[in-house]
Amino acid sequence: MSELAHAATQLDVTAPPILTVQDLQMYFPVKYHGIFQRTIGHVQAVDGVSFEVPKGGSLGLVGESGCGKSTTGRLITRLYEPTDGEINFDGRNIAHLSQRELLPLRREIQMIFQDPATSLNPRHTVGAIVAAPLLIHKVVPKNKVLPRVQELLEVVGLNPEHYNRYPHEFSGGQRQRIGIARSLTLQPKLLVADEPVSALDVSIQAQVINLLQDVQREFGIGFLFIAHDLAIVRHFCPEIAVMYLGKIVEIADRETLYNHPHHPYTQALLSAVPDVKQAAIGGRRERIRLEGDVPSPINPPSGCRFRTRCSMAQEICSKVEPPLLQVGSRHKVACHFPGELGQAPQRPVTTAICGVDDQGNAVSGATADIQLNAPGYDTTWLDLKTGQRTGA
Amino acid sequence: MSFQESQLEVSEPIDPKITPTGLIAGQSPTQLALGRFRRDRLSMISFWIVVFYFLAGIVSPILVKVGVSKPLANDQKLLNIDLGGVPNGAWGGTSWHHLLGVEPRTGTDFLSRLSYGITFSLTIAISATIVAVVIGVVLGIISGFSGGWVDAIIGRFIDMTLSFPQTLMLLALSATGVALFAKILPGDTSDAIPNGVYEVLVLGLFGWPSIARLIRGQVLSIREREFIDAARLSGASRRRIYFKEILPNLWAPVLVQFTLIMPAYVSAEAALSFLGVGIPVPTPTLGNILGDSVNFSGSDFSYFFYPALLLAIIVVSFNLLGDGLRDALDPKGDR
Repeated sequence: MSELAHAATQLDVTAPPILTVQDLQMYFPVKYHGIFQRTIGHVQAVDGVSFEVPKGGSLGLVGESGCGKSTTGRLITRLYEPTDGEINFDGRNIAHLSQRELLPLRREIQMIFQDPATSLNPRHTVGAIVAAPLLIHKVVPKNKVLPRVQELLEVVGLNPEHYNRYPHEFSGGQRQRIGIARSLTLQPKLLVADEPVSALDVSIQAQVINLLQDVQREFGIGFLFIAHDLAIVRHFCPEIAVMYLGKIVEIADRETLYNHPHHPYTQALLSAVPDVKQAAIGGRRERIRLEGDVPSPINPPSGCRFRTRCSMAQEICSKVEPPLLQVGSRHKVACHFPGELGQAPQRPVTTAICGVDDQGNAVSGATADIQLNAPGYDTTWLDLKTGQRTGA
Repeated sequence: MSFQESQLEVSEPIDPKITPTGLIAGQSPTQLALGRFRRDRLSMISFWIVVFYFLAGIVSPILVKVGVSKPLANDQKLLNIDLGGVPNGAWGGTSWHHLLGVEPRTGTDFLSRLSYGITFSLTIAISATIVAVVIGVVLGIISGFSGGWVDAIIGRFIDMTLSFPQTLMLLALSATGVALFAKILPGDTSDAIPNGVYEVLVLGLFGWPSIARLIRGQVLSIREREFIDAARLSGASRRRIYFKEILPNLWAPVLVQFTLIMPAYVSAEAALSFLGVGIPVPTPTLGNILGDSVNFSGSDFSYFFYPALLLAIIVVSFNLLGDGLRDALDPKGDR
């Protein structure tokens, strides 16, 4: 493969969305097991998440463990039924479809799992694993199943003659390729990749990522790429959303997010990434250390969820939840004091939008004036330097 | 020190068939498992012993029908009436006509009785095991995979069944139970079929809870694995997930349970015969022959020895067979 073939994926602004998620919410009940079972609370795993995945493009979803990225992925593949919100796939809301209604959709949305050791049934041969979706959906006649399986194995770079081997006879990277072959069997339009390379060696990670890029280009598949490795996300996804405690705190195109992050959490996350180039120069970037632990998603902090660990938190942060404010043509951030590191505004920029004063108290007569938390981007946005709404 | 030829054979890897084009032709999973099984000598020995028992169990009723074997015929001439019906001659009256001697008190050919006894013992043990394993596996999978109230109900039901004094019930209800089956089932009420059905049902219906629990535990761990999610994502039905995705991962525990319960039921049958609720004499089973042999423990050792030996051999071979099968079916079991 030439170097050019696997350059970082570029953003296609004109691509229509294949998936639009609006206000997605997943609350898991916490039960008390006594004589009578009753619900004593909810884990707010995903709480009002909105985003778009463009056709044939990819959106990265990053965040620390337990922030709800995987749950979001499982909601979109409908392994879970969301508590609330919409999942519009190809113009159809699939959030509350029954299992029977979902059956035809299973061909369109597939998933690549994190752990290749448990995502393949150890008692089935590779051929049986890859063929299962074909047989269930009866896509091809029985005598065409094996040629198709071998074709898929070839696509993912495996020896097609190995179709009747068991998963344990393959290495981790090869097993992940089998998982990819299985997800491609039904020629999906959307692939949810739930940390597809985090269980692999670094050398194998690159191979698998390259394979995913090839596959994306060849078949025009939209990707929701869930990961916590920021370097890989940067390479694979032209657009990235950062999640914290069930909410998206910042979503932007690659250059903006990595070079001009506006949310203090994104800044902390990026400062934690080891930088080889900087190490070579000998310089050392200042590391932003977050104090304390992630609060419990059963009882999240009021207002801004990040305020308990944020160095800039003020009174307004505990009273008003910051809206996901668009601050650039493809940049949204959920913070009252958005700005690049060290350049955060002194006054909250969200007061007019939320209808509150600087301390977060409601101003009588004022109302929120924009629709918050909509997926996608507006044509106009709030320019942070001038404080005025501008457009392209 | 020299290696035996067979040892070298065992350590030899599976030879992939080389096709004329030079490509590696895969072997089907069953072929691979059978290949592994065949290379294990101990498994093969126990397999042939079990086969031999099954053949004996199948052939002996035919021999009885034909008239070669006479397990119910009396011949008082061969017995010493003065000593309470002990056979004349050493080792229970062994002779060319009666290779294992004759039965005390009746003078029936002991070989005929034993081989006919194997038929009944195996039929009862296998039927009861199948009843227990099928109920246990199905309820275990449903309970483990569904969770929630289904799991709770099946769980309480298991507790109830386990806490039930089954031996007492078996004894107490035997008369009514057998009478009931005698009424329901067609055929002569004097034969042993109602007793057998009663025994099978009671053993089977009380044997499943432990299997169900074990299977439930296994399913709980299997259902959290991602290949179940993958199956659901590919649109697999619930039944497909139960029997195509989960069940193949349960063969090892099911086989182990089968091989543990099956010999246990052979001995349970013996114990019940001893207590007088099993298959009644004159129909022979290994159990009621052994039970009767206690009466002649001092005077006719071979009367006790042969059925006990047959029991021991079948129990051991079944266990070894189960081990071998588990190793062969487990693709990770390449030693």
